[in-house]
Amino acid sequence: MIGRRAALAAVILLSPLAARAAEAPSGAAACSGCHAAGTSVDTPVPPLAGRHPLELYGALQAFKTGQRQGTIMDRIAKGFTDDELKSIAEWYGAQKE
Amino acid sequence: MRNRRDFLKTGVGVAATGLFPHVAIGQTASPKVVVIGGGFAGATCARMLKRLDPRIAITLVEQNPVFTACPFSNEVLAGLRDIKDQEFDYKKIVGDGVNLAVMAATGIDHQARTVSLSDGSTLAYDRLVVAPGVDFRWDALPGYTEAAAERMPHAWKAGAQTLLLRQHLEAMEDGGLVVIAAPANPYRCPPGPYERASLIAHYLKAKKPKSKIVILDTKDAFSKQKLFEEGWKALYPGLVEWVPLSQGGKVTSVEPASMTVATDFDKHKPAVANIIPPQKAGKIAELAGVADRTGWCPIDPLTFASTLQPNIHVIGDAAIAGAMPKSAFAANSQAKVCAAAVAKLLAGGTVAENKLVNTCYSLVAPDYGITVAGVYHPVNGQLVDVEGAGGTSPVNAPATTRALEASLANGWFKTITGEVFG
Repeated sequence: MIGRRAALAAVILLSPLAARAAEAPSGAAACSGCHAAGTSVDTPVPPLAGRHPLELYGALQAFKTGQRQGTIMDRIAKGFTDDELKSIAEWYGAQKE
Repeated sequence: MRNRRDFLKTGVGVAATGLFPHVAIGQTASPKVVVIGGGFAGATCARMLKRLDPRIAITLVEQNPVFTACPFSNEVLAGLRDIKDQEFDYKKIVGDGVNLAVMAATGIDHQARTVSLSDGSTLAYDRLVVAPGVDFRWDALPGYTEAAAERMPHAWKAGAQTLLLRQHLEAMEDGGLVVIAAPANPYRCPPGPYERASLIAHYLKAKKPKSKIVILDTKDAFSKQKLFEEGWKALYPGLVEWVPLSQGGKVTSVEPASMTVATDFDKHKPAVANIIPPQKAGKIAELAGVADRTGWCPIDPLTFASTLQPNIHVIGDAAIAGAMPKSAFAANSQAKVCAAAVAKLLAGGTVAENKLVNTCYSLVAPDYGITVAGVYHPVNGQLVDVEGAGGTSPVNAPATTRALEASLANGWFKTITGEVFG
């Protein structure tokens, strides 16, 4: 199930990233309230920028479905559709670290 | 997309000229935005807007050159943290190319689209963002005046009031009574009074164990209630008592001279009184004509545009943001959505629907954190909870979960203050 999702995501995510302008997709602006832009901030929360979109999407899906236990990410991921999570993963994947 | 380092680099050149010049250039192509209020909402909005579109001329109007953050200020009360760790300046924001006016806004002319400042000058705007936070309703609780707040601190705006309440707690003898009066909804930081009770209890348990805290509440339920009550039972048995509205918890008057806090049924004579008064949007909201009869500011949740005045947006604690609580995270989250909307509107575009998020950490003890989170979307002009999302930390969680959330709380504060001011 996850395999199929990931494969589907890969197809969608392979579309050219350049087309996705600087505009943050719905919900994405909130992430940086907890996820720092770089590694200079002393926090256990990992940065998102520049990570592979599939990795980010996989993590968001796992939080949403409850396969991955979170502290609050499980509660937040449930508020987004799969398409929204994809867009957020792509957008952060395209950010420079 | 340029990253933060690039911006800081290019910001240096701008900084030299960025210290509030009265730009009186005639017709230029660059749109003008004025942001009033340099807290989590306003400072975020000014900075993010500059990043989204460097061509926009942005002036941030703020009376204080140093911002003192409320989140974690309850740790200052408990002697766990220095007030200096709560203080942030605007140097990096100015470095990013935002003009800073360390002044009070004294009026808004909707026709001319100008903001007048305390030095008599005016600032023109194409769009104005109002982020004034909260003011207290000094007329709402008999006896609780600004002078009374010197004897009975609110400590609901961080800074001198925080230090004053800390002094009162330090001066109190073992066995003393601390009263915390909590207001009715809505108010800034819904779980704040209960985190405050927790961290004061943490201090008293170690230093003055015969003392007691009574929370007199104008509500029958509060944010993260089960989690707080579980924590109090485990960590501070017998130390914290909560008196809800239905059991006479509402404070009806105070008398600072005799240190009396009265309810309909009781007169308390605490050694330390912390009165958190009813609130409304900060004063500039009234001047701008964006506050309604409730004292708060109705907005369009897509753009945070005021529904009462054109070309003005309201974000943060002052806004009526539906299900979103008045928190620093919510203010920051709203500010980023508002900045994107303002950039889009100035460029002649249309604003797409956006989901917003809140997360809110509270400490029951320094190593015992609890959270509430929510995801919100606009429905019929109101921000409502996305069903199935959000909620609080689990009850009966192991100590490791509480410790992890406490560590995440600390990380959150560093991250958000870094994003806004760092």
